Amino acid sequence: MDQSDGDVETGGPGTWPRRIAGLAVGQGISFFARLVTAVRGIWVGIDPVAGQRVYYANHCSNGDFILIWTVLPPRLRRVTRPVAGADYWLTSGLRSFIGRDVFNAVLIDRRPEMRTEDPVAQMAGALDGGASLILFPEGTRNTGDTPLLPFKAGLFHLAKARPEVDLVPVWIANLNSVMPKGEVVPIPLLCTVTFGAALRLAAGEDKEAFLTRARGALLALSNGEGQGT
Amino acid sequence: MNAAHPDLLTLLFGAGAVLIAASIIGAVLARRYSPGGSNAAIENLNARIGAWWGMVAALGIAFLAGRTGVILLFTFLSFAALREFLTLTRKSRADHWALAAAFFVVLPVQYWLIWIDWYGMYSIFVPVYAFLLLPILSAARGETEGFLVRVAETQWALMICVFCASHVPALLYLQVPGYEGREVLLIAFLVVVVQGSDVLQYVWGKLFGRHKIAPKLSPSKTWEGFLGGMISATLIGAGLSWITPFTPLEAALMALVIALLGFAGGLVMSAIKRDKGVKDWGHLIPGHGGFVDRLDSVVFSAPIFFHLTRYYWSAV
Repeated sequence: MDQSDGDVETGGPGTWPRRIAGLAVGQGISFFARLVTAVRGIWVGIDPVAGQRVYYANHCSNGDFILIWTVLPPRLRRVTRPVAGADYWLTSGLRSFIGRDVFNAVLIDRRPEMRTEDPVAQMAGALDGGASLILFPEGTRNTGDTPLLPFKAGLFHLAKARPEVDLVPVWIANLNSVMPKGEVVPIPLLCTVTFGAALRLAAGEDKEAFLTRARGALLALSNGEGQGT
Repeated sequence: MNAAHPDLLTLLFGAGAVLIAASIIGAVLARRYSPGGSNAAIENLNARIGAWWGMVAALGIAFLAGRTGVILLFTFLSFAALREFLTLTRKSRADHWALAAAFFVVLPVQYWLIWIDWYGMYSIFVPVYAFLLLPILSAARGETEGFLVRVAETQWALMICVFCASHVPALLYLQVPGYEGREVLLIAFLVVVVQGSDVLQYVWGKLFGRHKIAPKLSPSKTWEGFLGGMISATLIGAGLSWITPFTPLEAALMALVIALLGFAGGLVMSAIKRDKGVKDWGHLIPGHGGFVDRLDSVVFSAPIFFHLTRYYWSAV
């Protein structure tokens, strides 16, 4: 595991002042997210109880994992780490502080030619350390008219590497209207985060079948899309 | 402001007493008929009573803090209501700047105009300036699909959530001879009558409701609840004439107007909810739904109560 990926118990390699600042900034970001979106978690398929999970969600905005993080009960939040692109989160000091010290993100490099580590091994390592993960299997932000892009293979490889971990579909509604790509001012609108029933890789299930099933489970939570309440 | 304090305190203590009685009744009902939370109607009633404690506390603190407190409270309420309303309206990415302007320019400017008591401007700011200028922002981005629906629904949201709601704090600036320093009690009168009417319509309807008024719009509204609510609200208004500049008869008539408009507001806002296919505007007030669910009757009655009082009683 990379030096920067501290295990869950210590919450990263940062010094005490950095970690306290990280906690405070995290609370501030959560408060701001609530002010703008009044976000509400809807647990339809699974309860907000302890248990190792990979939350996989639709991705329309950089605020996506913040909303999931905000609606998780504090006990779950502490052990849940978003998986994010190192190519974005390590490009400035502030982003790096937010990525590492506030959200304790598992930073993977999305550029195959640049990376020194296998992203799936990094995610599996974080799971082995006791963490739950937040993952966006579309791989990039969806800015088009389709509700959900095709999934990248990462979710399948992770499910294969750690078949005993629950995969929980999470639909984030309305955040794309709050902050469409390219806009800088967020518009306050209600958002919801819906948690569906967990699934796992079935015995002998191939990549295509699994990704189709996982994507279908996520789309089923969308309820036609665009509805914030 | 000092002259208002004895009456205001009396009123707040009265509201507290009513809530204590309601809480006791709710607890007894829950114990008798809803062991372990099995009766949804009683659980909802108790959630509502709990939320009422919060709402009365927020209003009471704002009233005691004076103009600043009331204006800040209603600025926040307008923000929360607009956030709920615009979640349901039709919009496209081309409206981003118009919507941002609605939240971050129109809303604060309207309350600032109230704050500086510029009557001639706050009365037309949303209906004239926002009405004409916001569609320009949307049109400038060149997206024409659903354009009229988009701008009309945005304007409706602003009229209801900002313009109408801002007439509640505007009551503080009315200059009624002989009533100086007690203006905050006009807000208390409006709020007690309109919310009392809502609650009593609900209670009368639950007890005696048989004949539905508008089953498609709002299945819980009945003629029995409506009549009981209107009569009760009128009597409450007459009984509260001591906190107003009105005689008991005038106060009763004013309360009737307020209650009728509040009832109509509930119907109109229900029609919008049915149109948009939702049951509640939001989820932030337990048992009540969203802010708009609780404010709908107040925003409908506030501007007309304001103008009636201003026209017939105000010196300016």
